[in-house]
Amino acid sequence: MTKPLKIVVLAKQVPDTRNVGKNAMKEDGTVNRAALPAIFNPEDLNALEQALRLKDRIPGTTVQLLTMGPGRAADIIREGLFRGADGGVLLTDRKFAGADTLATSYALMQAIRKLNPDLILAGRQAIDGDTAQVGPQVAEKLNWPQITYAEEILSCNGERIQVKRRLERGVETVSAPLPVLITVHGSAATCRSRHAKQLLKYKRAKTLSEWQDAGNNAYGSQLPDYLRITEWGVADVGGDEQQFGLSGSPTKVKKIENIVFQAKESKRLTASDVDGLIKELMSNHTIG
Amino acid sequence: MNNILVYCEIESGKVADVSLELLTKGRGLAVQLGCRLEALAIGEKLSGIEKELVNYGADTVHIADDARLYPYRTLPHAAITIGVIKAEQPQIVLFGATSIGRDLAPRVSSALKSGLTADCTSLEIGDHSDTKGNTYKNLLYQIRPAFGGNIIATIINPEHRPQMATVREGVMKKEPLNVPKAAEIRKVDVKQYLSDTDFVVEIIEQHIEERKIDIKGAGIIVSGGYGVGSKDNFKLLFDLAAVLGGEVGASRAAVDAGFADHARQVGQTGVTVRPKLYIACGISGQIQHTAGMDQSAMVISINTDAAAPINQIADYAIVGDLNEIIPKMIKSYKENSK
Repeated sequence: MTKPLKIVVLAKQVPDTRNVGKNAMKEDGTVNRAALPAIFNPEDLNALEQALRLKDRIPGTTVQLLTMGPGRAADIIREGLFRGADGGVLLTDRKFAGADTLATSYALMQAIRKLNPDLILAGRQAIDGDTAQVGPQVAEKLNWPQITYAEEILSCNGERIQVKRRLERGVETVSAPLPVLITVHGSAATCRSRHAKQLLKYKRAKTLSEWQDAGNNAYGSQLPDYLRITEWGVADVGGDEQQFGLSGSPTKVKKIENIVFQAKESKRLTASDVDGLIKELMSNHTIG
Repeated sequence: MNNILVYCEIESGKVADVSLELLTKGRGLAVQLGCRLEALAIGEKLSGIEKELVNYGADTVHIADDARLYPYRTLPHAAITIGVIKAEQPQIVLFGATSIGRDLAPRVSSALKSGLTADCTSLEIGDHSDTKGNTYKNLLYQIRPAFGGNIIATIINPEHRPQMATVREGVMKKEPLNVPKAAEIRKVDVKQYLSDTDFVVEIIEQHIEERKIDIKGAGIIVSGGYGVGSKDNFKLLFDLAAVLGGEVGASRAAVDAGFADHARQVGQTGVTVRPKLYIACGISGQIQHTAGMDQSAMVISINTDAAAPINQIADYAIVGDLNEIIPKMIKSYKENSK
């Protein structure tokens, strides 16, 4: 029988940058970032699915979510619980704020050391930054090997894991020893939906801060464990404070330019103009 | 003087286009900074590879040649890159924003605790003054779209060296030197950087396919969005592309819906294209898409929605059903060509 795995899935709550509708646009034609809905980063859901498949296959395997963000990012953990995860940790502290990928990976690494998993799965990249840097940086900080752009975990015998990777020019199958960090590509299987039983069980799960905000200060004694979402700050994960947040971030933003959707003169045509257009394009050698 | 180092990708004995683009850009930056341009090539059987690297402007070429270094694996390439950077102390290190570059660069930056900016579309040299009154001369401005392409951010690393960036393929031109020059070729002593634990990941099977679909090189692109409606309807686009001698592209929404292959995706998370003619069919024109095609010489949109944002960047906005318009275009083209 295969040894059960302790899996941690790295997940991020992101603004949905993919479909910026009219109501998310400011009058000057730029995007109002605050108006975008906060969602579970899509490729992190692909990663969660790969983790849940291992849990289905290998009895005793547990899946924990780890996310860093403000208090409302606890939504991500609840969403993961509804879909089949066993628990989660929210890293939240003002000292984590302003982190670039390097400082983010440092904070995640400190938390991961406490969780002590055999396997880490993460989405390839988050749609707000599209950097794909945090996964490999966490792996380096743990001194673990990394497998990026995974499309499917083919097998795991508790010692080694075999993974199919999606590359620009094809596919590659690799085998790596555990522990290892794997980033999952969007071409991997989509995540299963919420499970009614899990939803009922976890819908009231909250972090300590959320319980306090809800006026329930009896967090310590009354509640069953599964309704407590772990919340860690800098003091809980330890480490060198200079390496968290803004002070741990070598990159600085010098300038932000908003893209303005400029109106440009364009010729409006209808179906009856098509023939004329094609002739024009042929005469000026755009086509033909 | 601290130089500029370019990590060069070598595939089947050839230097990747993106690496030649980076060398071309790097030598411009090196002139501005008054430093030298260094190239790092890691792989096996690399003899002769230095010629092309020098041809594109490298003043120094570091060659790490070992049978275990091809095909690419993260850990050994990272160990050598980190080792060479520590020895050479470059001020700037550039990688292609490819499967390899985006796997390797973050690993290297984490080990060096240096800043890294992903997927740059432009690099410039400039100064910076912060609010504390510190002034920094000749920083690398790393310019990239962010936030789903809704903003363009300029990122700098004032305090940390090297300044590292991955640069998107195809956005910078590649140009060999007009006049060949002499360069220094140095062999990297790979054994001092590698250990057995760098080889724990094994490649079992590799299925390298030359990219069959190459929309980047196409002069004419017929591109479809979610509005095309189905994979079946995409056939119309293929017909038009075949007639015009072009390629078929797609928006992220169309790829996500399974209408088209990911390799055809144009936009922020796909490829950037600059054809002479871009025909956008049933594409609404999200910035995430237009970021990858707004440099096209001419844009024609076909959309039932006269208010679609794509029409604002289109030179010709045909308002109508693509199922009617595209067959008309094909018919008209065939009738008028001799």
